[in-house]
Amino acid sequence: MQAKENNKNLKRYTIVTAMDNEAGVLSQLAHLFSRKGYNIETIAAGWTVDQNVTRFTIEIYSDEERIKLLCSQLRKLVPIHYVEILDPSKSIRRELMLVRVHAADRASRNEIIQIGNIFRGSVIDITPDTITLSVTGDDQKTQAFEELLKEFGIIELARTGIVAIERGEM
Amino acid sequence: MDKITRKLDGSEILIQCLLEQGVDTIFGYPGGAILNVYDKLYDHPEIRHILTAHEQGASHAADGYARSTGKVGVCFATSGPGSTNLTTGVATAYMDSSPVVFITCNVNSDLIGRDSFQEVDITGVTLPITKCTYTVSDVKNLADTVREAFTIARSGRPGPVLIDIQKNATADEYEYSPVTPDEYRSGLNKRISRLIETHHPSIGYPEIDIKAVEKLAEMIDASEKPLLICGGGVVRANASEEFRTLANRMDSPVAITVMGGGAFGGYDPLKTGMIGMHGSQASNMACDACDLLIAVGCRFSDRVTLNPAGFAKNAKIVHIDIDPSEIDKNIKTDLHIIGDAKEILTLLLSKLKNDKKNDAWKNYVFSFRRETEYDDPENGTLTPKQILSAAAEILPQDTIVTTDVGQHQMWAIQHFKFDYPGQLITSGGFGTMGFGLGAAIGVQAGNPEKTVLHVTGDGSFRMNCNELSTEEYYKMPIITLIFNNSTLGMVRQWQHLIYKERYSQTTLDRGPDFAKLAGAYGVHGVIVRDETALRKALTDAVNSRSDGLGWVIDCRIDIDEMVRPMVGGNSFITNFMLY
Ligand SMILES: Cc1ncc(C[n+]2csc(CCOP(=O)(O)OP(=O)(O)O)c2C)c(N)n1
Ligand SMILES: [Mg+2]
Repeated sequence: MQAKENNKNLKRYTIVTAMDNEAGVLSQLAHLFSRKGYNIETIAAGWTVDQNVTRFTIEIYSDEERIKLLCSQLRKLVPIHYVEILDPSKSIRRELMLVRVHAADRASRNEIIQIGNIFRGSVIDITPDTITLSVTGDDQKTQAFEELLKEFGIIELARTGIVAIERGEM
Repeated sequence: MDKITRKLDGSEILIQCLLEQGVDTIFGYPGGAILNVYDKLYDHPEIRHILTAHEQGASHAADGYARSTGKVGVCFATSGPGSTNLTTGVATAYMDSSPVVFITCNVNSDLIGRDSFQEVDITGVTLPITKCTYTVSDVKNLADTVREAFTIARSGRPGPVLIDIQKNATADEYEYSPVTPDEYRSGLNKRISRLIETHHPSIGYPEIDIKAVEKLAEMIDASEKPLLICGGGVVRANASEEFRTLANRMDSPVAITVMGGGAFGGYDPLKTGMIGMHGSQASNMACDACDLLIAVGCRFSDRVTLNPAGFAKNAKIVHIDIDPSEIDKNIKTDLHIIGDAKEILTLLLSKLKNDKKNDAWKNYVFSFRRETEYDDPENGTLTPKQILSAAAEILPQDTIVTTDVGQHQMWAIQHFKFDYPGQLITSGGFGTMGFGLGAAIGVQAGNPEKTVLHVTGDGSFRMNCNELSTEEYYKMPIITLIFNNSTLGMVRQWQHLIYKERYSQTTLDRGPDFAKLAGAYGVHGVIVRDETALRKALTDAVNSRSDGLGWVIDCRIDIDEMVRPMVGGNSFITNFMLY
């Protein structure tokens, strides 16, 4: 985070990579990022059409020169199948956010549900004092959603981290 | 090999797989977790196991064996401290791209994760210092893992691999049928097939970029002041023949990195010597003034480039390397070609139109060549130059030299005329003091007919001299030459030049008496203080080879000898603080 603020040349990058789905690959991957001095902003993983292959989406701050080097170092890891940097204009990024907020009176309950609707979120749990919503979107959207809910008092919040995919060719 | 499938226990499968790979020598040390394997070894006299005094010694021995024979080295250790004792050796092999398969055993699968006796996550520990690590908890996966590990260790840019086998997998039985390494590469293992298909850097490289090779041929044609750098990749690729032809056809001076020692003829008139921090004036001045710099199998470490901003500032820089992640890592290049050095150089030679003549440039470069930067003896004390001259004269020309780390290492590399790949075995990347004797044992095991010279310092030798017992037991007539300056000389040199002569914790005014120590281990030991005594000791060592006993020659030199020339860290390459 600090490096991010100190260096104006840093840009947020989305890296996708596929690895053999076996014990220890995540730690190999994560280790390489920390060895090269990166803080991972978000990381999301799950298997692909082939259950033997896990696909990771990782977001970090870097500059153009260092990110190339990082990718060529990642490509050396034996379990790695491929490493790509996604072009933001040609890809779709989404994360899922779950958030539980205070909603003890009718007015705030209504308002929270309206905000949820505007963000195409859904109410997934409701108690006399709280509402839990889920919303999906890129980090800007989930961030904005979080901002708006702050005034009600957020009790707990969880994000999956970004998953990303390239848009289909026209 | 017969193809019948047999049911064997894991330890026997492991040994059969080693035999498939042509392994006939293993360095190692037993213990509880690896006992099943050692028990099976008892039935296999065709495999020679060399028991060292310490696992670190075994790790360096396997590394020295690999570097000097071009085969994959093999090293065994038990769980816990046995395995952690290997780590310095693993890192040393990793930094210098040496193919070694380290095999450790761990506690039973059902004891893993309980902080059991002598349990350690050694694959986790060695993750950043290996090409790859493997855990085997089930005997089913054992054979495939061993075959894969050897394939990875020796392919692409070579390097160490570690397999940690849980004890139950060495006892349980499974079917085994033999497979040759070639069969294995052609489709038996899904992962290897994928790695080959995708030209994965751990195992290979994509087709060589012909356009880039042609471009380089044009650049060579256009250049008037070329400089070649011969790196460790030329050694690993066994490309010295092609490299020499290129140098001759380009009529280009050749600078050599520490790891490149041996890959370019030590007597070749185009040689400018070492480049970098302790590089020769000729190398460093040439680097500064050249218009085309071609580095082959060199990773532009900070000890070579010093301040990268001013490195070869007038030159187009071309990088030939097998590892894509080395390109533009330390130095921005104008052109790069990825692949095996031998293959690329062969292609390049076929594309070169004209043979060049660069007399004016060579005259300039070689005007900086000094016969030696070292002073002659003053008060009768032995000098490094005298020691190295005597050794070069008296020992056979094809003597393999291993070194420790410090001034003595630099002196040896500067002075000896290494003439073939694998003749110099030194810890260049990791700078591991204590590497030399273990490495010498591995070298001698792999090259029983050759003379092995171990050049060391008093500090380095004190670290791992316990391996004298290994040398003695296996009748290895290694000649250890101690440059005994009673100090951690290289550090003292920095303290002298940069820290105002504040010699903090570097003076070694202490024992042991190395000659007596040698005697205690049952090998020859002698202290020499002048040239006559030295020459006699070296001659005796050569003549007594048949008794199979090593020699420790403790050469007393002055505490203030320095490595010259020297450029301070991160300053410009021609900014000599010492000439
Ligand atoms: C294991 C290890 N510890 C510390 C160092 C740092 N170091 C580099 S050179 C050196 C001095 C080596 O002394 P000696 O072996 O006597 O060689 P000399 O320089 O005197 O020839 C030291 C301590 C190192 N390279 N390796
Ligand atoms: Mg010393």
